[in-house]
Amino acid sequence: MIKNVTLGQYFPGDSIIHRLDPRMKLLLVIAVIVLIFMADTLVGNLVVLAFLFLTILLSRVNAILVLRGLKPLWFVITLMFVLNTFFYSGGTELFSFWVLRVTEEGLHNAIRLAVRLIYLITATTMLTLTTSPIALTDGLERLMAPLKVVRFPVHELAMMMTIAMRFIPTLLEETDKIMKAQTARGAEFDSGNVIRRATGMVPLLVPLFVSAFRRADELAFAMESRCYHGGEGRTRMKILHMRYPDIISAAVVAGLIVFAAMGY
Amino acid sequence: MAIVKAKDVTYSYTGENNITIALSGITMSVKKGEFVVIIGHNGSGKSTFAKHINALFLPDAGSVVVAGMDTKDESKVWDIRECAGMVFQNPDNQLVATIVEEDVAFGPENIGVPPKEIRLRVDTALEAVGMSEYKLRAPHMLSGGQKQRVAIAGVLAMHPEIIVFDEPTAMLDPEGRAEVLDTITALNAEGKTIILITHYMEEALYADRVIVMTGGQIAFDGTPREVFSNEAAMTRAGLSFPPHIALFHRLKNKGYDMGECPLHIEELVDRICQLS
Repeated sequence: MIKNVTLGQYFPGDSIIHRLDPRMKLLLVIAVIVLIFMADTLVGNLVVLAFLFLTILLSRVNAILVLRGLKPLWFVITLMFVLNTFFYSGGTELFSFWVLRVTEEGLHNAIRLAVRLIYLITATTMLTLTTSPIALTDGLERLMAPLKVVRFPVHELAMMMTIAMRFIPTLLEETDKIMKAQTARGAEFDSGNVIRRATGMVPLLVPLFVSAFRRADELAFAMESRCYHGGEGRTRMKILHMRYPDIISAAVVAGLIVFAAMGY
Repeated sequence: MAIVKAKDVTYSYTGENNITIALSGITMSVKKGEFVVIIGHNGSGKSTFAKHINALFLPDAGSVVVAGMDTKDESKVWDIRECAGMVFQNPDNQLVATIVEEDVAFGPENIGVPPKEIRLRVDTALEAVGMSEYKLRAPHMLSGGQKQRVAIAGVLAMHPEIIVFDEPTAMLDPEGRAEVLDTITALNAEGKTIILITHYMEEALYADRVIVMTGGQIAFDGTPREVFSNEAAMTRAGLSFPPHIALFHRLKNKGYDMGECPLHIEELVDRICQLS
């Protein structure tokens, strides 16, 4: 069971959105975030909503998955909504109740913030749903390449992310194995109070760490044997190409930003 | 012509308050295209020696020369590693990327091969180990033998002349071992120089030459037939024969005239049938 764990929330597919250049997708998500903050009017917000809907439709990703992306943040969204509704100072009063007073502006502001948050999460969820972690890392590495000039370790960071992704399933599998081995010897992982549970983790974590270090050691040998010596002089098998869909989607987002800048 | 030449190689591990001598005075050479098996018990120094061939370890004394390049020459380190690839024991700990083909591309990418040629090398390497259909899979979904074949493809894609296998089958099930051994013999048939480190006597049967190591020294160097005939030396090295060779020695010790030591079961069957 633990072996089939998927990394991140990538939803494999072959839609036009999936096939966009990961660099372009990253840039577009940033642009869309800007757009979400610029859209101030009802029309503007509806346009953004339509755009997000279109993206979901084109990507053929199950809409439930997108909503699931919102799940961990419902609490924050509700809290923001409530706070903004009741604690907005000034404005025309709609009704008041004990010490709380709800104003028209306050309600307006609360709705706008909540909608913005939902839009933001949807946009970023769409990125991670339609881009595999490896493509994402690759895109990030290439986009951030100019930062190498200021000695920012772009390649090293990307390498670390790749290795982490490669070893997550391996270490999960190992955790499972150690847990079973320790359970067979009488260790308990899911009983007692918080402190007992925490100390119960020690016989799991110690062997896991020891093995992770040994793995790291062996991996370093293997990488050196395959001539790994950092990002210098390294080429890549896959070359990323910007194609028509990339240009078209960039044009659409740029158009929307201009539309929003005109005051909608 | 010798492609690997080791002369009086000595190496020791320095611990906190002790020094363990792992290799003392190893002198050997491997010819181009040869299939050499280095066999030995745990702690015989065989893996330590393997890591000298691609300059992961440098000898304390003596020298290792690979394709004319001394491993002590720092400017040649990457050339040596390109020329002498290495496959390790644990298939999980030598794959770097999350997709099979990306992992195979890792080596060529490191040595700066142009993208189009990497693609070509990756496809041919995967083809050579019979893993083409798995090229878009994630390594953790593969079996041990398949992972090890991907690791071999990763080394092949660098176009090495020598491939050093450091106990590649030790963590595999019988099926995986067979897959990997078949791949190794096929590579040798195509002209690659193979150095296979192992503690399975059966694997020595396929070699041109067998080197037996004990206590950091070479105890015996000869053809598989010579090695398997020498019961005393093998027992001293703490190695046990494959069942059919063991049977041969037991019959011989009982006084049967068995002739030359057989390598394969069929040969033994012939010998036994000829007994009167």
